[in-house]
Amino acid sequence: MDQAVHASHGADASHAAHGEGQQHPVRIYLWIWLLLFVLSSFSYMVDYFQLHGYLRWSLIILFMLLKAGFIIAIFMHMKWERLALKLAILTPPLALLVLISLMAIEGDYTFLTRLGSFVH
Amino acid sequence: MSHQPMTAPEGLQGVSSDWSADKHAFPVPWGKVMMWIFLLSDTFIFSCFLTSYMNVRISTMDKWPNPSEVFALNVGGHDIPLLLIAIMTMVLITSSGTMAMAVNFGYRRNRKRTAALMFATAALGVCFVSMQAFEWTKLIVHEGVRPWGNPMGAAQFGSSFFMITGFHGLHVSCGVIYLSVVAIRVLNGFYDRKGTYETVEVAGLYWHFVDLVWVFIFAFFYLW
Repeated sequence: MDQAVHASHGADASHAAHGEGQQHPVRIYLWIWLLLFVLSSFSYMVDYFQLHGYLRWSLIILFMLLKAGFIIAIFMHMKWERLALKLAILTPPLALLVLISLMAIEGDYTFLTRLGSFVH
Repeated sequence: MSHQPMTAPEGLQGVSSDWSADKHAFPVPWGKVMMWIFLLSDTFIFSCFLTSYMNVRISTMDKWPNPSEVFALNVGGHDIPLLLIAIMTMVLITSSGTMAMAVNFGYRRNRKRTAALMFATAALGVCFVSMQAFEWTKLIVHEGVRPWGNPMGAAQFGSSFFMITGFHGLHVSCGVIYLSVVAIRVLNGFYDRKGTYETVEVAGLYWHFVDLVWVFIFAFFYLW
């Protein structure tokens, strides 16, 4: 049955998500490809020019999130999926923010405990 | 439908039909949903590694080795910071690009180009793993980094590094095998007979994820 549905849509781009898979112009992949190169060079430059402190960390995270966003949205086709799938896949990782915060607090506590116990 | 037809199969077949029969939540091929769910679980695994790395790096009393110096490569008498890692990043991005093109040509039913691009992707993957092997060798043999200690500083550096990059390298290696198998099937017309090239897209999802994980490792382990 699925095959019949696919065949009837053919290469019609507006039915891309439901028809014969995801078909998009090659141009968009090439642009994202180039963009990923540029963003990677930027994040490398952050290290090359030895930026430090909050400027370094915010730039690293900015370039990282942009790269991750483009890979997920365009290369992994998430941009063209239906909301149900987007929510099912993209919301659960938010739980990790809790883990990361807890472990950051715990790490600080361990450090302070070591400071109190081992340094005299 | 609250009433099951009397002919509903029992046993394991029943389990599989109960889970799959005409109960569609996502209008995409099931293989794609399953791959996304696998990648979701993999996200949690890698996040646990990176979070534990964050935790040991916060809590250590010793100085954390400076990755910019540890991973520098000496070219013509000058130490260029993170040179090998930068090249590895570019190789992986390039392979992601060729994979995206392969998926595109797959849906256009261009067998030869799809297979060629997938083999190119796999070759770039092999290239990446080889450079990683070179890096590990340099660190283990020449710089004395061990999972339990190293001459540069905090002992946790080695265990975090080997665990995180090792697990990522394992994913790349598995991806190379996976892509090669699918590419061979593309070449011999398996997906033309099956009537759909969605398997190429599903394999592509895995490969892009490997690239995605590297983005985070690059940012948090090498640049931080």
